[in-house]
Amino acid sequence: MSTIHKSPWLLHYDGSSCNGCDIEVLACTTPVYDVERFGVINTGNPMHADIFLITGGINSQNEAVVKQIYEQMPQPKVVIAVGTCACTGGIFKECYNIKGGADTVIPVDIYVPGCAARPESIIDGVVKGIALFKEKAAALKASENAN
Amino acid sequence: MATERIIIAVLYVLLAPFVIGLLDGFDRKISARMQGRRGPSVLQPFFDLKKLFEKEFLTANKAQLFMIRSYLVFIVLSGVLFFGGFDILLVVFSLSTAAMFLILASTSTHSPYSAQGTHRELVQIMSCEPMELLVAVGFYLAIGTFNVNEIIKTSISPIAYLPGFFVGFVFILTIKFRKSPFDIATSHHAHQEVIKGVTSEMVGKEYGMVTLAEWYENAILLGIVGLFFLNSNPVSIVCAIIAILVVWFLEILIDNTSARVKWQLMLKLAWGVTIVAAGMNLLLLEIIRG
Ligand code: SF4
Repeated sequence: MSTIHKSPWLLHYDGSSCNGCDIEVLACTTPVYDVERFGVINTGNPMHADIFLITGGINSQNEAVVKQIYEQMPQPKVVIAVGTCACTGGIFKECYNIKGGADTVIPVDIYVPGCAARPESIIDGVVKGIALFKEKAAALKASENAN
Repeated sequence: MATERIIIAVLYVLLAPFVIGLLDGFDRKISARMQGRRGPSVLQPFFDLKKLFEKEFLTANKAQLFMIRSYLVFIVLSGVLFFGGFDILLVVFSLSTAAMFLILASTSTHSPYSAQGTHRELVQIMSCEPMELLVAVGFYLAIGTFNVNEIIKTSISPIAYLPGFFVGFVFILTIKFRKSPFDIATSHHAHQEVIKGVTSEMVGKEYGMVTLAEWYENAILLGIVGLFFLNSNPVSIVCAIIAILVVWFLEILIDNTSARVKWQLMLKLAWGVTIVAAGMNLLLLEIIRG
């Protein structure tokens, strides 16, 4: 039995967000919301991360960065787009430099809407992501066995 | 007697990860409570470790895996030497050899974060090494032998002769355990300016093995704390365990109440404490003996 769903380490990347969502993400780690009780650690290292939590839309400068972070994360991994900006481009969608939501460059598993997304819904998204891990870990094992 | 020593060494290899992993779990729980949070389950370190071994293995340099395996092997070897009752000087040297493999592993990739972390790790080693060596010398001066097996057979606990050495050793334990204010090379907590420092480029099972090696090493260090209190009377085992728990709690308290310092200050403090506490103790021992 895989234990990845019991220790999902998180990498938080701020795309072109207004910082509203980022403050809510950080609020999740404070005593009031305490995501560490689910085993979540906010790590700064893509190589140690299981969940890629992205806030803000994708612009032409951070596109390459987001792709690289995604590629540096070992399987199994889950991507969570937090806030309307990360889901669709949000209020900045029409800007000349914005390409759209996070899913314009990498596959997104969970969308957490809201401007700004509330800590409760962010935690809800993370918990949904954790549930996805069980499936992903099983699929990874199956593909390894097939090889 | 020989079989007893073998049994203790085997028990160390089998049980150290469980005991230290559990202590680590309580550490995270107590830290969370100190910060007003609920904190994760006390079994969290084991979930983390198992997960690391299940992750996909990506690496920039295959040699890194070999270095990390050697690091783990040398740490376990040091522990076997210590808990098997061999020469404590040998244990200190074997630990330094292990540290060298960690340095080789972290420099085998070209990440700037690893490089910065490695530099700081070297400074940490430099800060701790004099005190580690002096502890071995202290035991020799107090008891007349380097052999752990004979040190535990004295009639009076070594702490009676070595209070200064004990203070110095507990001081460098904060550096060894990678606790704040001296968690500069890598840290157990998020948001460090060098990401994860030494362990930045270690992925999945590599990071798992480093964690495991740290647990084995912590068992040795806490064992040395206990050694200060052991004597031929079996009751001293209880004293040793209490001392270990008190020191362990003190480390958590320091970790949660202090902010990280720069390496210059760490080096000055560590050497300062070493010279004052252990140096004075050494001088007094010489006078008493002389
Ligand atoms: S969704 Fe709203 S709060 Fe979040 S980054 Fe976009 S504009 Fe800011």
